[in-house]
Amino acid sequence: MNRSPYISDAPSVSMIMLKVLLALVPGIFAYAWIYGGGILVTIALATLTALAAEAALLKIRQRPIKPHLMDLSAVVTAWLLALALPPLAPWWLIVVGTLFAIVIAKQLYGGLGYNPFNPAMVGYAVLLISFPLIMTKWPAPLILAQTKLSFLDQLYFIFNQVLPNDIKVDAITSATPLDYLKTHLKLNQTLSEISQAPIFGVYGAKGGEVVTGAYLLGGLYLIQQRIIGWHLPTAFLGALSAIALVFYVANPEHFASPLFHLTSGASLLCAFFIITDPVSGPTTPRGKLYFAAGVGVLTYLIRVYGGYPDGVAFAVLIMNMCVPLIDAHTQPRVFGHEK
Amino acid sequence: MNAILNFFKPDFLKQKRGVHPPEHKAESTQLPIAKLAMPQKLVLPLRQHIGNMPKILVSVGEHVLKGQLLATPECTVSAAIHAPTSGTILSIADEIIPHPSGLPDKCITLIPDGKDQWANLTMIDWRNAPKEALIASLCTSGIVGLGGATFPTHIKLRSSGKSNIQTLVINAAECEPYITCDDMLMREHAEEIVQGIEIAQYLLGAEKSVIGIEDNKSIAQQAMQAALTGKPISIVTVPTLYPSGDARQLIHLVSGIEIPHDKRATEMGVQVFNVATVRALYRHFTFGEPAINRVVTVTGNVAQPQNFEVLFGTPLTALTQATGGAKPDTTHYIMGGPMMGFDLPTPEVPITKATNCIIAASPHLFAPPPPAMPCIRCARCAEACPIQLQPQELYWFAKSDAFEKARDYKLFDCIECGVCTYVCPSNIPLVQYFRYAKSEVIAADKAKEAADLARERNEFRLARIEREKQERAQKHAERALGTKAEAAKAASAKTDAANEAPTTEAPINSATDEAAKAAKQAAIAAAIERAKAAKAAADATGLAPKNTAPANPAVQQEIAEIDARRKNVGLANTNEAPMMADAEKQAKIAAAIARAKAAKAEAEAAKQAQNLELKE
Repeated sequence: MNRSPYISDAPSVSMIMLKVLLALVPGIFAYAWIYGGGILVTIALATLTALAAEAALLKIRQRPIKPHLMDLSAVVTAWLLALALPPLAPWWLIVVGTLFAIVIAKQLYGGLGYNPFNPAMVGYAVLLISFPLIMTKWPAPLILAQTKLSFLDQLYFIFNQVLPNDIKVDAITSATPLDYLKTHLKLNQTLSEISQAPIFGVYGAKGGEVVTGAYLLGGLYLIQQRIIGWHLPTAFLGALSAIALVFYVANPEHFASPLFHLTSGASLLCAFFIITDPVSGPTTPRGKLYFAAGVGVLTYLIRVYGGYPDGVAFAVLIMNMCVPLIDAHTQPRVFGHEK
Repeated sequence: MNAILNFFKPDFLKQKRGVHPPEHKAESTQLPIAKLAMPQKLVLPLRQHIGNMPKILVSVGEHVLKGQLLATPECTVSAAIHAPTSGTILSIADEIIPHPSGLPDKCITLIPDGKDQWANLTMIDWRNAPKEALIASLCTSGIVGLGGATFPTHIKLRSSGKSNIQTLVINAAECEPYITCDDMLMREHAEEIVQGIEIAQYLLGAEKSVIGIEDNKSIAQQAMQAALTGKPISIVTVPTLYPSGDARQLIHLVSGIEIPHDKRATEMGVQVFNVATVRALYRHFTFGEPAINRVVTVTGNVAQPQNFEVLFGTPLTALTQATGGAKPDTTHYIMGGPMMGFDLPTPEVPITKATNCIIAASPHLFAPPPPAMPCIRCARCAEACPIQLQPQELYWFAKSDAFEKARDYKLFDCIECGVCTYVCPSNIPLVQYFRYAKSEVIAADKAKEAADLARERNEFRLARIEREKQERAQKHAERALGTKAEAAKAASAKTDAANEAPTTEAPINSATDEAAKAAKQAAIAAAIERAKAAKAAADATGLAPKNTAPANPAVQQEIAEIDARRKNVGLANTNEAPMMADAEKQAKIAAAIARAKAAKAEAEAAKQAQNLELKE
């Protein structure tokens, strides 16, 4: 039998996923520091739901359970979804989103390697469309909150939706900067007026900037480890900055600066962790550039002109649809062939 | 321009194709090349090269001398086989050969007499003899490409007379891990190699020669450099990156020429020879030596890895014993390198012209691959592919039997180097999928060709029938016209002579007709009777029916005697003799079918393995 090559030098799928999880840790810490330890509960709940759903579906589909749970891809989906959800999302929201991501977006399409759409983004989009009110209500960062919730308060709230001392939910939540910007621009306020609001930091969301920085750190680690390439993050951040810059230069009082867009919402999470999902993304180098640039431009357009405060999820899903087309038209030149 | 741009590109922007696996070359370069002791027997497969089986010139029991021609090439693409030492031909029969299928092929077995006595070698002065004579001499030298491809060398040198070769590239890259036979050959026989290059360059009429060496062979490179002093031959150091030793890759690396996918290197004025091959050329044109030995690396799970000069036909077991024996946990042997080699069916196989390396394998050395996972489209394979293919897409097409799509994605440019599998996080045996897809496409093409031919024939036949029909119709028409005219003539004539002559037509004699019919039927009945009788007789004696009816007693006597003899030798059926000849043929056909099946099964096994793992 000819089964060469006999040697191999590849990290296993599990190792790749493990490194992605590791790269998310700084972001999670920053998140917990800014918004409180509730995120850890969200992550734990999402992880358990994802693993249980994955196992159940694998059993129904008569596929080996252990190797597919061990590949950790479900855990990555769970963590990404958890980080995209509002920090104090109720438990059922987390469970529903995760179930949708794993069962519908991943397993029903054939499991790992066969899903055309990014599962975490499908889960997020479904929740955003179905429960827009809860999904856009973010608690103020702890540094701004008048009433600081302890970890146990957050844990209790996630499962019971009741705050201690009869505090109203509205008292601790507010719009995110992206949301705030959108509503207040509609009220004909200028950007310099809007950015006076306490939720704004130096460039983007107060506190959010820290989380963004932590994601950047994790992302650079992934590039260094050769888990992801430079094409996707560079093209995404470049396109987002470029289009933001054009609008910003045209009218700085109405359009936020590129730095605001880079440091707000899920920009950096998207650049390094979401569009870098290999399964639902393109494979050719040029295709990666087009895909990520497309996500960047769409994200901006949805943020500025769309009905939702952040456009990452929809931008990714729309570009996921274009992947076969992009791949087919960006085939690199084969050795010995004319272009 | 591109080169300048490339220079200023940061490292991560540079296209770096191929891989650099752990080399494991140091183990087998500690000791010099050793000569192996004369083995007990030599088994020489007749097909040690690409092409037709040569014609055997010797018979069992014959005593032959070292270097004597045992089999001479048949047709153009074929190579001669010589006696590696003096001795007696023990047998000419099917033996297991070093081939992935594990199937036997025709071999000459030689028992050495220990004298190692040379036959009379005919020298030829390559500087003064006409080129035709040199090629003719090469034709019977048995020299083939020793890099592993084993293409008969005389063809490579002959055909290029017409195609105008400018550059001779000497392949000294030896990019596969573990293999060091070329490295050691350059260290120890640089002079011979350089002279061999001069011969090859002269025969090709090439303007220049370039030696491509990977940058991990500094000692060999120094030795070559020293041997090249004052000679217009250059060395180009290429980065140690598998598979830079692939001919097209190496040509690109040393000369910048990218051979178009649909052209041969010779069409672009480049010919490639392996260092060991040019050394064999030197030995042939200097000492008249035919191809009877080569350097083989024996490494891996053995006590002391080393390179050996081995006579063709030497059993692998003799070779491993010389290294101090394989370690106890050795499971099997691999021929070739770990990237493109294959499992040998048994340790009894002989060393052939294609054997550059033998690796003793153990589970510790080459762990069995973990079960394959689904492709996650990470495109590591595409980044590493030296041909810049998209293996992840090809895999998808091969798996879903979309072979035409695979062809569109340049499946047939795949050199099966194994780099994609080497870097695959999901451990997918990609190369096996591609081999399978290729075989399917080729089979489909052949079927289509046959169908096209059949259709063409059928169309031709229908056209012919139509044409004949028309011709016939025309003839009929013409004849009808003619007869009408004649009839008219005749009628006019008749009317003239009507009164004189009566009708000449004879009336049917029904009586004679019936008599003839009866006679015929009687004859048929008699014949049937005879046949029945003969059959009954045959059934009684257990012999096949034969036509004994008209035989006279003397002849019958003779037939009886023959039958008796035949019965004695155990041949009960007259048809059996030709059937015996057929049996051999059928066995061959069966073997061919088995080989084809094995190849197909291998490809399918890969596919099934994946399916099974998923279903587990």
